Amino acid sequence: MGEAIVITSGKGGVGKTTTTANIGTALALMDKKVCLIDTDIGLRNLDVVMGLENRIIFDVVDVIQERCQLKQALIRDKRFEHLTLLPAAQTSDKDTLTTDGMKKIVAELKQEYDYIIIDCPAGIEQGFQNAIAGADRAIVVTTPEKSSVRDADRIIGLLEQTEMDPPTLVINRIRNHMMKNGDMLEVDEITQVLSIDLIGIVIDDDAVIKATNNGEPVAVHPNSKASIAYRNIARRILGETVPLQSLEEEKGMFQRVKRLFGMRS
Amino acid sequence: MLEKKQLIIIKGTREGLTLFIDESCSFEEAVIELKDKIIASRPKRDEPLVSVKVKLGNRYLDEAQKDQIGKIIGGENRFIIHSIQSDVVRREDALRWQEDSEVKTINRIVRSGQVIEVNGDLLLVGDVNPGGKVSSTGNIYIMGSLQGIAHAGSDGDRDAFIAASYMNPSQLRIADYISRAPDYESDGVYMECGLIDETQDKIIIDRLQALPHKRKELSGFERRMQNG
Ligand SMILES: Nc1ncnc2c1ncn2[C@@H]1O[C@H](COP(=O)(O)OP(=O)(O)OP(=O)(O)O)[C@@H](O)[C@H]1O
Ligand SMILES: [Mg+2]
Repeated sequence: MGEAIVITSGKGGVGKTTTTANIGTALALMDKKVCLIDTDIGLRNLDVVMGLENRIIFDVVDVIQERCQLKQALIRDKRFEHLTLLPAAQTSDKDTLTTDGMKKIVAELKQEYDYIIIDCPAGIEQGFQNAIAGADRAIVVTTPEKSSVRDADRIIGLLEQTEMDPPTLVINRIRNHMMKNGDMLEVDEITQVLSIDLIGIVIDDDAVIKATNNGEPVAVHPNSKASIAYRNIARRILGETVPLQSLEEEKGMFQRVKRLFGMRS
Repeated sequence: MLEKKQLIIIKGTREGLTLFIDESCSFEEAVIELKDKIIASRPKRDEPLVSVKVKLGNRYLDEAQKDQIGKIIGGENRFIIHSIQSDVVRREDALRWQEDSEVKTINRIVRSGQVIEVNGDLLLVGDVNPGGKVSSTGNIYIMGSLQGIAHAGSDGDRDAFIAASYMNPSQLRIADYISRAPDYESDGVYMECGLIDETQDKIIIDRLQALPHKRKELSGFERRMQNG
């Protein structure tokens, strides 16, 4: 029996889709069977970030309306055998997706896969309700900005009213120099207000944008900081204790030695 | 034959008249006698208005009956009613007063978009995050940081106050007063309280230690009992 994790944020454009693609890919890298679901009907992106856009024949609405079998709608990833995507519909009416329909799909996928990662649309309306319907737990994504943290707080409040386990937090697009200057909220400040556990921090990394444009999640690259951050999140999902990534530019011999021993500060 | 018992007794005081209505007769009997007595003792047209306190003893009157009494005494006459006092309280009123004076303890974080409203005093063990709101008819005590909105004395009690371990609110409201945070980024303060300062006619923030001097004794319940 697999576990379903929804990636949500409230505010748009903070990195839900990027996080979904990369956590999914990182879990696949660790030999887990993973299925990604895009629930952002009408604004699907996940297929583009994964580079699978051209292969879409059926989508999640087709499954709900029984125009095809669930299996037929799943698209296999280019790189990983056991990574698949259930794409969102681009044209259909939003209202065709229902909480019951989602629960059914997720339950069926959990028989087959270790992890179901659900990409949630922005907002707190029906689309949000659909996305969280089948999930066992949630990861809330925020950036270090007030408005984003405020929306994350709102979302956490809504998640706390469900039966799900307490959500965990990803802080995305951190810019170290701005944080240092006090121009961005600090990690501690954010976790203090939101008071949920931090599952990862990801810096603002050009490699993310470059990779996205090439239709491959940055997590497949071995060395970029963001890639390591996403892989660390995946390890924490698997239950490993991994220390938080240092925000400092790595320099000096000692850092490199630590790295050789597989330790990260 | 015994002289008939007086159902209505009127006594003059310095402030006006006090009118006692017998507590054991029927309401109709009292009304009949009241009409006669009022006509007999009403001030003349050119005399000043007289204020009347009505005392009911152990009689309870509903709003309609109070209205009727008011019309008889006020009406065309040169009387104005100061108060109608009864020594008895209805059970449901008493229970409501009690509820209003209890401390409700809530243990959670009030997040953005969430609202907590209680009757009586509120003891919140947890934070009020930016965008969250707590409101009570009495005082508010927050063991945590207040960064959203708190409204004490929400149905008009200007003596209510707001105390917090860490105070950096976006707004404080007490009764019908509102104060908001300055537009510049400010650090909060620890162990302080907000209350209305009558002389400055606004909400001020002061150290918790100042509270005993400013809000002495009375709980909301005591105030209510005394003011009837
Ligand atoms: N760590 C990062 N570093 C640099 N760019 C990033 C990072 N995370 C996300 N981005 C970029 O930010 C933009 C928004 O990301 P994404 O589409 O994942 O957000 P979203 O929350 O899914 O948005 P929406 O609410 O529209 O669905 C994208 O262009 C993405 O490439
Ligand atoms: Mg998205």
